[in-house]
Amino acid sequence: MGRQRGTEILVGLFMAAGFVALFFLAMQVSNLSAGASTEGYRLTARFSNVGSLKVRAPVTMAGVRIGRVESVSFDKDSYEAVVTLRIDPSVDSIPDDTFANIFTAGLLGEQYVGLEPGGSPDHLRDGDTIAYTQAALVLEQMIGQFLFNRAGGD
Amino acid sequence: MLLDGLARLGRSGIGAAERLGRAHLLLGAMLMGAGEVLRRPRLLSAQLYNIGVLSLLIIGVSGLFVGMVLGLQGYITLVQFGAAESLGVVVAAALVRELGPVVTALLVAGRAGSALTAEIGLMKATEQLSGLEMMAVDPVRRILTPRFLGGIIAMPLLAAIFSAVGVLGGYFVGVGLLGVDAGAFWSQMQAKVDFQDDILNGVIKSVAFGVVVTWIALFQGYDTVPTSEGVSRSTTRSVVHAALAVLGLDFVLTALMYGD
Amino acid sequence: MSAPGHSATRRPTPSGGDAPSCGAPGEPTRASDSGPPSENLVEIRGLCFRRGRQVIFEQVDLDIRRRAITAVMGPSGTGKTTLLKLITGQLHPDAGTIEVDGQPVHRLGKAALYRLRRRMGMLFQSGALLTDLSVFDNVAYPLREHTDLSASMLRKLVLMKLEAVGLRGARDLMPNALSGGMARRVALARAIALDPDMILYDEPFTGQDPISKATLVALIRQLNDAAALTSILVSHDVMDTLAIADHVYVISHGKVIARGTPEAIMADRSAWVRQFIDGLPDGPVHFHYPAPELTEDLFTRRSV
Repeated sequence: MGRQRGTEILVGLFMAAGFVALFFLAMQVSNLSAGASTEGYRLTARFSNVGSLKVRAPVTMAGVRIGRVESVSFDKDSYEAVVTLRIDPSVDSIPDDTFANIFTAGLLGEQYVGLEPGGSPDHLRDGDTIAYTQAALVLEQMIGQFLFNRAGGD
Repeated sequence: MLLDGLARLGRSGIGAAERLGRAHLLLGAMLMGAGEVLRRPRLLSAQLYNIGVLSLLIIGVSGLFVGMVLGLQGYITLVQFGAAESLGVVVAAALVRELGPVVTALLVAGRAGSALTAEIGLMKATEQLSGLEMMAVDPVRRILTPRFLGGIIAMPLLAAIFSAVGVLGGYFVGVGLLGVDAGAFWSQMQAKVDFQDDILNGVIKSVAFGVVVTWIALFQGYDTVPTSEGVSRSTTRSVVHAALAVLGLDFVLTALMYGD
Repeated sequence: MSAPGHSATRRPTPSGGDAPSCGAPGEPTRASDSGPPSENLVEIRGLCFRRGRQVIFEQVDLDIRRRAITAVMGPSGTGKTTLLKLITGQLHPDAGTIEVDGQPVHRLGKAALYRLRRRMGMLFQSGALLTDLSVFDNVAYPLREHTDLSASMLRKLVLMKLEAVGLRGARDLMPNALSGGMARRVALARAIALDPDMILYDEPFTGQDPISKATLVALIRQLNDAAALTSILVSHDVMDTLAIADHVYVISHGKVIARGTPEAIMADRSAWVRQFIDGLPDGPVHFHYPAPELTEDLFTRRSV
């Protein structure tokens, strides 16, 4: 009986350790705690080019993360990319003439959506569309343009 | 001469197909008996002890050192790009996606798998399995199935412990010894490691490895030639086959999970 | 086929003439049956069994009478253990029928076979005790698996079975602490735990010292008479076996070459039976494994 009980206690400890490890991985290592993707409200923005923007990329305002990219899809009628943004519920006063850019973090970093507030007194609400957007800068295009301008200037 | 070679090739092919068939019959029989075992948790807890608790030390120590090496190597490379803050991502992603499940499976195959094969093989060689059958007790359901389920349950828990200890090891080396910023270490990790894509896929992988490793170990024991030489051969084969199967299966699973 | 000595023995084949070769698994040939409660617990008819190309049994007929000790003797390698495995349904015959208490063992489904096996106990050569359980737990094992006895009832029953084999005091030992003879007695206690109708003994005397051999001989006889058991005993140990058996079969080269009471076997004149019973080094069974002539073998020039 004693041996049996000892085994059971050790097995219990083992399983508890396993679950604690899984919990640690979920909460401390992964984005599960930060995810909470069902909260907040949704905005859409249309871009002529999203570059390599990924789902779950950050949405920032003044450099602070206020939400995430929920989906990126293609509108076959207007040939534009439709990006759905999930904005944290606490950020509920984004002006409706806000400008959406796709930036790159560093020269080779990940792309993210940066919002620049306008001056309108009206705020965007769930389901609204951001009217003013700036497409992603594609490195090859920039280099091409640069060379073209140099050639034209001579 | 050529015909002899062909005949030998054919014979080994037929033998392999036969063994594969027997292995699948055994798998089916073990799955059929799973419900019965779950209703008798005593049987299961003994096997969780054998496979899980007894592997805990080697898993913990290995995880710690693997995490520390990842921290050191990752730092040396990343610091050249001025990206030492990404150390947390590198360590965690490598552990959770690949090293945790794979190394745990390899260690379990060596530590617990070989022990299972030897145990079942010896039970066969000493007529204990026949003895059970003569007592109208099905050895597959009574002896093999609890071990099979124990392996499947223990493997993901061991892999999670391995990864968690590894991340802590990486943290210790990166933050404690090399001076990476602790906040950046964790926040970058949390930003880039995804619960579903990385953690859950890692768990799925380790469950699959648990099935494969214990299945191979039990089959090698059950199918052994009942002599001491046969048992020792089966034990070696169990570890080799399990290691190869884990690495091969890892590639397939990785391709399915991450290769769009 | 025409080995010397075979012609002199009584052939139990019903047809009398040369046995027909083994064909497909046959239907039960109910020739000698006279009503369901047959006097024989086990009836084997026309049994054929091969392992690869080697013929183990060819047209063997065998009856095991109820409440008697039937011994099956023969030199090592004649398939005596195989015979027990066939009777208990662990192996299947290539042809012929094996009926235990009227049920064809080789055609039973798993559930029916397991039901039948609860009424059989088998004593393995090695004892086959579960090495990670104590003596008590080993004997309790079949009871725990197949009955819902209360703990105190179980304890009493196990102690009674252990008392029957004289090992009540060894209940807390682990199997690796037992001598070979004690392990066999524990295994015997386990085999009778479920009060079977029949016990099969696989070489019970092999490798035992004279004292434990005598103990086992006495136990087997005693258990058989006290519990009205049917016993099948497989052995090559001539004197001890003849001392306790009621009925003896001698098997060689896949065939029954003699049958009868121990006295009849002792008096048998055939060269083969004499060699086996008297333990002569040369006779119908040769000392030499089949080989070409020695001189021929020595003087042929062949590089190895």
